[in-house]
Amino acid sequence: MLQISCPWCGPRDEIEFRCGGQSHIIRPGPPEEIDDATWGRYLSEKTNPRGDHLERWLHAAGCRRWFNVARDTATHRIRAVYHMIEAAPAIDDEGSAR
Amino acid sequence: MKMRYSAWTVFKQGLGGQRGWKPAWRSPDPKPDYEVVVIGGGGHGLATAYYLARTYGIRRVAVLEKGWIGGGNSGRNTTAIRSNYYYRASARMYEHSLKLYERLSKELNYNVMFSQRGMISLAHSPHDVELAHRQAGAMRLNGVDADFLTPAEIARRVPILDMSPEARFPVFGGLLQKRAGTARHDAVVWGYARAADALGVDIIQNCEVTGFRRGADGAVTGVETSRGPIATTRIGVAVAGHSSRLAEMAGFRLPITSYALQAFVSEPLKPVLDTVILSPATGVYMSQSDKGGLVIGGGLDLYPSYAQRGNMPVIRNVLGAVAAQYPALGRVRLLRQWAGIVDVVPDSSPIIGASPVPGLFLDCGWGTGGFKAIPVGGTMLAHQLATLTPHELAEPFSLERFTTGALIDEAAGSGIAH
Ligand SMILES: Cc1cc2nc3c(=O)[nH]c(=O)nc-3n(C[C@H](O)[C@H](O)[C@H](O)COP(=O)(O)OP(=O)(O)OC[C@H]3O[C@@H](n4cnc5c(N)ncnc54)[C@H](O)[C@@H]3O)c2cc1C
Ligand SMILES: [Zn+2]
Repeated sequence: MLQISCPWCGPRDEIEFRCGGQSHIIRPGPPEEIDDATWGRYLSEKTNPRGDHLERWLHAAGCRRWFNVARDTATHRIRAVYHMIEAAPAIDDEGSAR
Repeated sequence: MKMRYSAWTVFKQGLGGQRGWKPAWRSPDPKPDYEVVVIGGGGHGLATAYYLARTYGIRRVAVLEKGWIGGGNSGRNTTAIRSNYYYRASARMYEHSLKLYERLSKELNYNVMFSQRGMISLAHSPHDVELAHRQAGAMRLNGVDADFLTPAEIARRVPILDMSPEARFPVFGGLLQKRAGTARHDAVVWGYARAADALGVDIIQNCEVTGFRRGADGAVTGVETSRGPIATTRIGVAVAGHSSRLAEMAGFRLPITSYALQAFVSEPLKPVLDTVILSPATGVYMSQSDKGGLVIGGGLDLYPSYAQRGNMPVIRNVLGAVAAQYPALGRVRLLRQWAGIVDVVPDSSPIIGASPVPGLFLDCGWGTGGFKAIPVGGTMLAHQLATLTPHELAEPFSLERFTTGALIDEAAGSGIAH
C-alpha cells in the first residue's frame, strides 16, 4: 500500500488518489502546421517506462487537486512529489530526487 | 518421432509406470539466422509460430522467450474464454477464436480442457437490464449466441449467489453466453509449443531480446539477445505487458500503459459453481476449476506498474465483493494470489499488424483479455508475417487507428472496464 504525500493535505493512503498517467505532455503546435500523425501521437502515445515515471495524480477523495509524482514503476518507490507547474526534479544515481 | 497422445498411450504408459513419456518439445540452441523470429513464448507467440509452419509452410522460425514458455500472462490468467463483444470487428475476431478453441484439442492432439460451461454477466439494476438486452441484440446481430436470464433462472443456475432483495448487489437478470467457458491455460501454451516444435520451429527459452539490428533503410536485420545476435528480416512481437519496452528498443512509442492485474485461487471445494460469473458492478468474476479451487479475478490495479505482485486495495475490493455476493464463501481460504502485467490501450482493443519499423510486426494491447484470443492472435500475426499484409480480421485493429481516429471502443461498447 502506498502512502502519498499530497502537497496540500500531507501523507494519505493511496486509495484517496487517482493516477492520471504521464505528466509533462507538451501539446504540439501551432495547430495549422500539425499533421495527423503528430496529432495522433500527441493524443495517444505514452512513455510507459519500466522505472522512473513522471505522472499526474489527483487527490480525488481529499482536496481534489492535481500534482506531479516521480515514481518508479518497477519498485513503486516515490522519489518526489511536486506541483503541476514545477519542472521535473532530477533523479540522482541512488534513485533519490534532487 | 513425435509421440501421439491417445487413451491407448495413457493406458500403456500406466502399465509401464509412467516412465516412457518423452519431452514434448526440443530445447535447441539458437541458429545464426531464421526466416522469422517471434519474440515472446506466451500463447500468442507460440500460436503464431505454429500457424506460420502449418498454414504457410514457413519452418525456419524461432520463438525467443526470456524466461520459460507460459511464464508470462498466458500462465497467469483466469482462463475465461468468451466472445461477448459489441462492435462487429471485435465480435468477428473473438468469435473466430472461440471457434478455433472448440476444435483445438483435436487439432493439436493435446487436451486443452476447453469446457464450455457458459458465462453469465449479472445485471444489478433495471438500467443494467437494458444494457444486457442491448448487448444480447448486438451479439446476435453479429452471429454470436446470447441469452437473457431472468432472476429465477439465475437463482437455479447459481445457488450460492445472494438473490435476496436486500442483497448489497441485487440481481435483476443476466446475460448468458452458453458457448463461453474456460480452458487449462498451461495446456494451451504447451499444446501449441509441442505442435510447433513437431513442425520444426525452434523454441528457445532463457533467451532475452535486448535490442534490434537495423539496415540502412531502417528495416530490421536481426535481434540482439542474451544468447547472441540472430539475423532475420521478419520479427513478430507478442510480449503482452512488455510491449512498450520492446517498442522503446526499436525507437517508437505505443498507445499502451502497463498495469498489474491480479488473480486469486481458493482452497479446493466440492462443486459449487458450474459457470463463469461476472459482476460488471464490481468487476469481479469467478469460476471453479476442475480441481475445485475458485478462480477469482477483478479490476486493474490503481496505477501503472511493472511489479508482478499487485496492491492491497484491489485485493480488498475483490474479496469484499465475493464475500458480499456469495455469503456461503465468506470463510473460504485463499491458497494463492498473484499478478501479471497487462498492456492497456485507450480503446480496450488489441493492436495487430505493422509497426513504424519495417519488418517489425505487433500482436499486443490485449490487456486483460488476450487468453481467449490466443488462437486468433496467432492466426493474424502469422498471416501478417508470412504475407506481409494484414489478416482480414486484423485490418480494423492496426496501429494506424490512433492517427485516423477509427477507434474500436469496447470499453464503451461492451462495458469492459479496461
Ligand atoms: C491475472 C490475469 C487474469 C487474466 N484473465 C484473463 C481471462 O480470464 N481471459 C482472457 O482471455 N485473458 C485474461 N488475461 C489476459 C491474458 O492472460 C493475456 O492477454 C495473454 O495471456 C497474453 O498472451 P501473450 O502470449 O501475448 O503474452 P504472455 O503470455 O505474457 O507472453 C509474453 C512472453 O514474452 C516474454 N518476453 C517479454 N519480454 C521479452 C524479451 N525482451 N525477450 C524475450 N521474451 C520476452 C515474457 O517472458 C512472456 O513469457 C488475464 C491476465 C492476467 C494477468
Ligand atoms: Zn490533497
